[in-house]
Amino acid sequence: MSAVTLEQPVGQTSSASKFIRRAPGILGLLFLAIVAVVEIVPFVFTVVNSAKCLPAINAAPWAFIPSSGFIDCRNEEGRPLPASAMTSGATFQPSLEGYQMVIARDLPRWFMNSVIFAAAVTICRILIDSLAGYSLARLKFPGNRLIFFIILGTLMIPGVVLIVPRFILLKQLGILNTYQGLIIPLAADAFGIFLMKQFFESIPRELEEAAEVDGASRLTTFFRIILPISTPALTALTIFSIQGMWNNFMDALIIVGTNPSLWTLTLGLSSLQGAGGETLIWNLFLAGAVITTIPMAIVFFAFQRYFVEGVSYSGLAGQ
Amino acid sequence: MAQSTTSPTAASPTRNATFKDKNRQEAMTGLGFIAPAFIILFGFLIIPMFVAGLFSLTNWDGITPIARGLITEENPNGAFDFVGLQNYNTILLQEGRRQESFYTALKNTIYYALGVVPVQTAFALVLAFVVNQKWLKGKGFFRTAFYFPSITSSVVISLIFMWMFSASGLVNTAISFLNPSYDPVTWLDNPSGTLHLLMNGIGINPTRDMLRVCDPATLQLWGCEVASIRLWDWLSGPSVTMATIMILNIWTTIGTMMVIYLAALQSIPSQVYEAATVDGASRVQLFRYITVPLLQPTTFFVVTIGLIGALQVFDQVYVMTSGGPANTTLTVAYLVYRSAFSDSRMGLAAATAIVLFVIIFVFTMIQRRVTRESSGDRA
Repeated sequence: MSAVTLEQPVGQTSSASKFIRRAPGILGLLFLAIVAVVEIVPFVFTVVNSAKCLPAINAAPWAFIPSSGFIDCRNEEGRPLPASAMTSGATFQPSLEGYQMVIARDLPRWFMNSVIFAAAVTICRILIDSLAGYSLARLKFPGNRLIFFIILGTLMIPGVVLIVPRFILLKQLGILNTYQGLIIPLAADAFGIFLMKQFFESIPRELEEAAEVDGASRLTTFFRIILPISTPALTALTIFSIQGMWNNFMDALIIVGTNPSLWTLTLGLSSLQGAGGETLIWNLFLAGAVITTIPMAIVFFAFQRYFVEGVSYSGLAGQ
Repeated sequence: MAQSTTSPTAASPTRNATFKDKNRQEAMTGLGFIAPAFIILFGFLIIPMFVAGLFSLTNWDGITPIARGLITEENPNGAFDFVGLQNYNTILLQEGRRQESFYTALKNTIYYALGVVPVQTAFALVLAFVVNQKWLKGKGFFRTAFYFPSITSSVVISLIFMWMFSASGLVNTAISFLNPSYDPVTWLDNPSGTLHLLMNGIGINPTRDMLRVCDPATLQLWGCEVASIRLWDWLSGPSVTMATIMILNIWTTIGTMMVIYLAALQSIPSQVYEAATVDGASRVQLFRYITVPLLQPTTFFVVTIGLIGALQVFDQVYVMTSGGPANTTLTVAYLVYRSAFSDSRMGLAAATAIVLFVIIFVFTMIQRRVTRESSGDRA
């Protein structure tokens, strides 16, 4: 399409009009490049500054070239080194102080809690959502349509509105401040059910009919035949669930917020704010931010395709 | 949960009975398969909505055990009392501190949404259009670069922005570098409204005395209170701090919206563009007269989910500002949290949440209605 306009125009076109024809493309490209830089730069400088001593972050946040090996941020007497000793121009002396501090603040525990939480919710969702999706896609039972409608309807309930009633309900059930309280309410989700239902509907019925003729029960058919060929949908479901739970903040805050031993990474990070009183210890923050982001970055780069497809799916569910 | 045992045996007396048997068994299996999901969604999403509705009619503080029951003459130590619609009255109608908090939060949330949604939608549309061009190399790179912030935790991004926009942070450093006479702005502790700053700039600068007067006869209106908030304060616009949070959210959400637009763009047949190009349409005309109109349903979708998201903004406020400075980043969602857990007014918090739910529900219904009309009944 537009490739046509980029070709050399025929004959007598003056260079001025050539420029005018090309200008929107050039401007568009420029806009794209600027936004790309703006989207990436914060991450780059977060990683760079997470490996600096606090005075260096405050004095020269832009310095991005590490020089020499890692240094201690304090001298022999335990006094902080001045910024001038650790930066010059665009170079800085790297330090692991931020990482050491954040690890000393219980980060390994938060990390483990996040892993347990995300894994538990995801395993539950894989099982429960796919069973429900299969039921809606293939099995005839009274109230089928109504149940599907109710499930889709839950997509319209905004999370914010649930904070008060969930707190009340979990408190009454006696599972506030427990893993169960955090995991069970999230163990199924309408989006996952919708995703699985859509996928199962695309599988040819003959597969199951053949199994049925052989005398296999529905449950056997589901686990032996349907699930093994559903890897694409299950992968998408897994990735969305892991991403959602790894980044989940509000549910964790309401349900386990007052029990520090159950804090997840996001809760732990949000607690770092008050760590230094009036002064904000940026290298501590930034190191925590980097450690929290790395696992999601790995998942993202390994399964990028699914993220992109999933977004289009969410568009479908919204209809 | 699994009701299915073995398939009906061939021993059934008649074909009809076998058929019925099979149907019943399929129904049992179907219900069994869906039961766990339904119980969880019903128990933790739908019932809570009713619980919220119920408790919005009480004065429960959230601390006294509910088991103590209703406050009555025989049970003066009860946990709560039904107060009818008083909580709704307190936040919506009755002049006072609570009403002021609610409408301040609503005002802030509306300014936030009005700023964030159009900007992120426009950016996403233009970016998707450029990324979709055939001549563009490295599409994958751009998609990754734009989408990465959306998979990063909101808490992480809030911390990163707190640092970048701190007094000696990257943003102020960069501006000082470009403009040496720049007087560093304290982005995250600046309650001045951006619209106020603009109005000051064009000479509208009411004095303290003028803000105390409300006299419609002489057209001195700045001090007039509507819903416990002065007219001048209604017109504040988002504060500088709120604007910073808005920038954060635009920055985060562009990628998601762009990917949605890209999916829609790829469904526009290239012949449409080719035909227009043959007719001599310029690239700007292609964008203006083909892309934008054809993407209208997508735009509607992107705007509504953007709006629904913007009305719920919470994490960033919690981490970065706790509603400050001077309540200028207090959003409705954060107010729900604050009333529930800091002020111990669970009933009031539930009522605020229900009001927010109604607002969001209206937008969701509009979105569904319009999307369905434009794309046919799909779900």
